Parts: sequence; C-alpha cells; structure tokens
Amino acid sequence: MLKILKYSFYDLMRSRWSYVYFFFYLALGFVLLFLNNDVSKAVITLMNVIIVLVPLIATIFGVMYYYNSKEFTELLLAQPIKRTSIFLGQYFGVAGSLSLSLVLGLGIPFIFYGLFRSNAIWDFSLLLVTGGFLTLIFTALAFNIALSNENKIKGFGYAVLLWLFLAVIYDGLFLMSLIVFEEYPLDTFSLVSTMLNPIDLSRTLILLKLDISALLGYTGATFKKFFGTDFGFFVSMGILILWTIFPIWRLVYKARKKDF
Amino acid sequence: MKELVLVLLLLLGLFSHAKTIEICASCEVKTIKNGIVKASDFDTLLIKKGTYKEFNIIVDKPLTLLGENYPVIDGEDKGEIITIISDNVTVDGLFIINVGTSYTSDYAAVRVVKSKKFLIQNVVLEKLFFGIYLEKSRDGKVYHNKIIGDAVEEFNSGNGIQLWYCKNIEVEQNIVQHVRDGIYLEFSDDIIIKNNISSNNVRYGLHFMFSNNDIYEDNVFEKNGSGVAVMFSKKIKMYNNTFSENWGTASFGILLKEINDAEIIGNTFEQNTVGISIEGSNRIKYSKNDFINNGWALKVRGACYGNTFSSNNFMHNSFDVSYNSKLNDNLFQGNYWSKYTGYDLDKNGTGDVPYRPVKLFSYIVNRTPETIVLLRSLFMDIIDFSEKVSPVFTPDNLMDNAPLMKKM
Repeated sequence: MLKILKYSFYDLMRSRWSYVYFFFYLALGFVLLFLNNDVSKAVITLMNVIIVLVPLIATIFGVMYYYNSKEFTELLLAQPIKRTSIFLGQYFGVAGSLSLSLVLGLGIPFIFYGLFRSNAIWDFSLLLVTGGFLTLIFTALAFNIALSNENKIKGFGYAVLLWLFLAVIYDGLFLMSLIVFEEYPLDTFSLVSTMLNPIDLSRTLILLKLDISALLGYTGATFKKFFGTDFGFFVSMGILILWTIFPIWRLVYKARKKDF
Repeated sequence: MKELVLVLLLLLGLFSHAKTIEICASCEVKTIKNGIVKASDFDTLLIKKGTYKEFNIIVDKPLTLLGENYPVIDGEDKGEIITIISDNVTVDGLFIINVGTSYTSDYAAVRVVKSKKFLIQNVVLEKLFFGIYLEKSRDGKVYHNKIIGDAVEEFNSGNGIQLWYCKNIEVEQNIVQHVRDGIYLEFSDDIIIKNNISSNNVRYGLHFMFSNNDIYEDNVFEKNGSGVAVMFSKKIKMYNNTFSENWGTASFGILLKEINDAEIIGNTFEQNTVGISIEGSNRIKYSKNDFINNGWALKVRGACYGNTFSSNNFMHNSFDVSYNSKLNDNLFQGNYWSKYTGYDLDKNGTGDVPYRPVKLFSYIVNRTPETIVLLRSLFMDIIDFSEKVSPVFTPDNLMDNAPLMKKM
C-alpha cells in the first residue's frame, strides 16, 4: 500500500494540477493578506472560501484522478497485490497531495505575514484542520462515485451534483424545513441536520470561533449546551472523523467486491 | 509680625473649629459611634487601622470620617453600617464588610439620606447587600471607590451604587463588580457618571429608570449579565463608553427603551450578543460609535422614529442591523460598513451604490431563531444577494446612501 501511495503521491506532485492548486492558494493567501493587512480578518474571509472551494476541488480532482489512472489500476490488479492497498494507496496519494497543497499554499503567506506573532494562530490551525478533513471526506466520496460508475460523464455529473447538493441545496432544504415547522421545537433537529452534512459541520466548527456572540443570542437549552461549552467543538470534531471513516470504509468494501 | 498673627489666628481657628478625634483600640475613643457622639460639627474622626465591629452608625453632624490604612468596619451581617443624615459629610478610606441581607429593607454599606454636599471616596466595600445608597440627596460626589460583591442571583442581591431621587451628583472612577446592578439610577436628574468600571454584574452594569439630563462618559461595562439598560428617560448623553462581552440570550451593550432625545456618541461596542437593542426610542443621535464583532450591531424592535445614525463604524458583525417591520423612519447616512462591496468611481470617499444593512437572513432569523445555525452558509449568501438586488421582505427605504469607503 505504501508503495502505491508513494507512487500516486509523486505522480501527482509532478502533475500540473497540484501546482495550479498550490499556486491558487498561495495567491489567494497573499492577496487576502495584502488587501486586509490583518491576519485575523484574512482568516475569517478564508474560512468562507475554504468550506465551499475545498470540497469542490477535492471532488473534481478525485473523480478525475480515478478515471485517468484507470488503466494503470487495471494493470496493477493483474499483479499479486491486495486490492485494498491499491485503492487505499491511490486514495491517500490524492488526498495527501491535495492537503499538502492546501496547507503549504495557505501556510506560506500567513507565516510571512507574522502568523506566529498574532493570536489568530488557533483559528488558522482550525481552518487548516477543517480543510484537511474536507479534502479527505470529499476525495473519498469522489472515489466512491467513480468506483460505482463506469461511465465517466455520469461519474463527473454525480460528483458535481454531490458537491452542489451538500454545499447549496442541502442548506436550502434545511432552511425550508425549519420555516415550515417553525412552530415546533427545532433546536435538536437543526443541530442533527447540521451533523448530517460535512460542509455544514465544518461551518459550525468555524461559527463556534467567529460568531459565538450571535449564536448565544438564541434561547434554547440544547443550543446553549452545544455552543456555550466545549461540548459542541468535540462533538463536531468527532462526527467529522466519522464522516471521514465511513466513505473510506465503503471504498474498501466496494473495491473488494467490484468485478473489473 | 503680621504673618505670625495670621498663622496664630489660623491655628486658633483650626483648634476651635475642627479638631481631630483619634479612634483606635488603645485610644480614649474606641468606637466610631462613640466618636460621633463626642465630636462637634466639622470635626474629623481619624479612624486608625484595626477592626471595628459596628453597625447602624448614624452620622448626624457634618463630620469627616477618615480612615488611616484602611480600617475594617465589620457589620457582621447585622444590618446597615453607615447612615449619613447630615449635610457636608465626608467618608474617606474605609474598608467596610459584611452588610446584612434583608428582604424587607435595603441595607447598605453607606447610605446618604436627604443630605447635601457629601463626599464618599476611597472606600472599599466587600460582602455587601447594597453598596452606596444615595436617597433624596444632592450636590455630592462618589469618587474612587471599589465595590466587590458576591451576588449570584438577582432576587437576593443589591446594587453597587444606587441613586434614588437624587440631583446633581458625580459618580467617578469607581470599580463595581459582582453585584446586581453596578450603578442604578431611579428618578435622578443631572447626574454625571464618569470613568467607572462596571463588570461581571448579575444584571446590568448601569441601569437608568425615569432619570433625565444625565451624562455618562468614559466608562467601561464588561461581561455584565445584560449590559446597560436605559429606560424611560429623556436627554441622556452617552459618550465614549466601552461595552464589551455581554453574552447571552437577553444580553446587549445598551438596551434603550422609551428613550427620547438622547445622544450616543463615540462609544465602542465589542463582542456583545446585541450591540444596541432599541425599542420605542425617538430622536436619538448615534454617531462616531464603533460596532465590532457583535452578533447584532443594532436590533431595532419597533416604534423607533426620527433616529439618525451617521459616521459610525460597523465592522465584522454577524448582522449589522435587524428590523422586525417593514416601516422605517430612521436615517442611516455616511457610516462605514465592513460588508459593503460597492465602488467609488468619483473618488469622493463615499460609495456610489447605497448599502442595505438589513439582510434577508436577519429577517429569517427574527422569524425562526433556529435558522441561526445556517449563518455564513453559501445558500444564505445567495438569497441575501437576491434580496439585495430587489428587496421584498426588508424595508426598501432602509439604506445608507453615502456609505464610507474607509473606516472613520
């Protein structure tokens, strides 16, 4: 597995797209800092960008990589190598290189602008951790989609749809249901619905840092417990980890069964 | 020769008029009460370091109670400690603890009743019910005191500094913590409240009721249960105060209720759940205030007419302004909004496109509070944008026609 991981990783490191991705974040980081000139404010703007953009890129990139390296995968399958290690190796190769581009691309400009001297370092680390998790989750989801669809066009379609659904449509439905059922107690429902979507979950983690004063304005014991203490942070983190494990597990399961 | 006579006369004057009575465990006079009995008008009681277990000390002559190295007056929870019923009384440098708690009368550490020209300074109060209670008094000064309570619940705690039917009093440089209301004014006019720090109080940092023509400036109100409440008062001036970290479901920097003709200038509101909550308040001038990182910078609840908001900075608030109706009679002009995305082609320093501070999302949150969890969601940004282009739910004349491009 490690060998394949290494191979995929170096393959991607040499590819143009990793650099594009890396330079995109580098430019974004520098531009934001140049315009804001304030590390903590730039972190806030970046948070908004990350929860939308990272999933999109991870999904597209994951699907693309899987389809592109399909022939190579089939070649590997002919060798006496465990299927799990082939797919997991490829998956971690992609997710690893994407996370590395993200961390380096954003890390370098912020370190230049004195991240270590500012008190935004915790917010920034949280941002990178969330970004990393989102990359892992959405690459895994993309691999799942690609594995289940032989047809490239269909696979891409589903992948983009998945992103669109989780990033935008889900919140729309969520909002509608909250307004329709506004006469009922909704605080548990709204928290559970947040947990069911990794993008919303990451957003909640960020809200806990940024908008705590607004969040505490709502009267509700569940909310108060969730947002007012560390409880919310740990629950969100835990569920984010579950969100990472589940698609990877399904990926392994599917890869074992699949008839190539 | 002339000078010598003058000095002698002066000394004579001092001796005949104001003598000093020393009070200590080994002195001739051992208790403060005894000292007051022995003293004549305009004397000074010099209270030496030590512990005096006394309560119900009634000062009925114009005296100066001067503490040396903070003598402790321990009321042993039995009742009120010092009651001043004479004009021209000074209380200076005492450490007063253990005021009695009662549910029928408001025991205070120092109470001033119907007196003029008093001065209470350098007093430290701990374990108190009410701190300094001014009742129907005028022309006095409460200066540089430290009041540290241990209040937990509203119903069994008292206020730090309370003014009831008072006139023309200065409250300056006091520190008030952990009481019910830090400073409380009821039916008190022409009061100046300046440079005080009121923090961690159970209810309000400062509380006005039916008090007019008062000024409060350069105070700091921090982490109070609900912030500062200004209610049913006219012509209050609020300058250069700082309101911060008032968090909670019913918390705000300032609550304005039935306030008319006030001025709110140069204040800083930072990290409050609500910066200013406004209800039934008219003709108020808001200017040069900074609203930074609040949940809601302004929450306008209704019956607010003729208010002007100009030259304020609204920075990084989750919501800038929230309205619960479609009517608007308030003017927003020339403020800086960190969320403004317009441009300034004619380079006059103000944006060419008006800014609409009320977002559709804030309207939705008003209706269904649980939707707050969707804050900063992409979907919300999209519907906010569509509302910005063509307002349907938010007041369409509520906008800043000249938003500043740079912060004030």
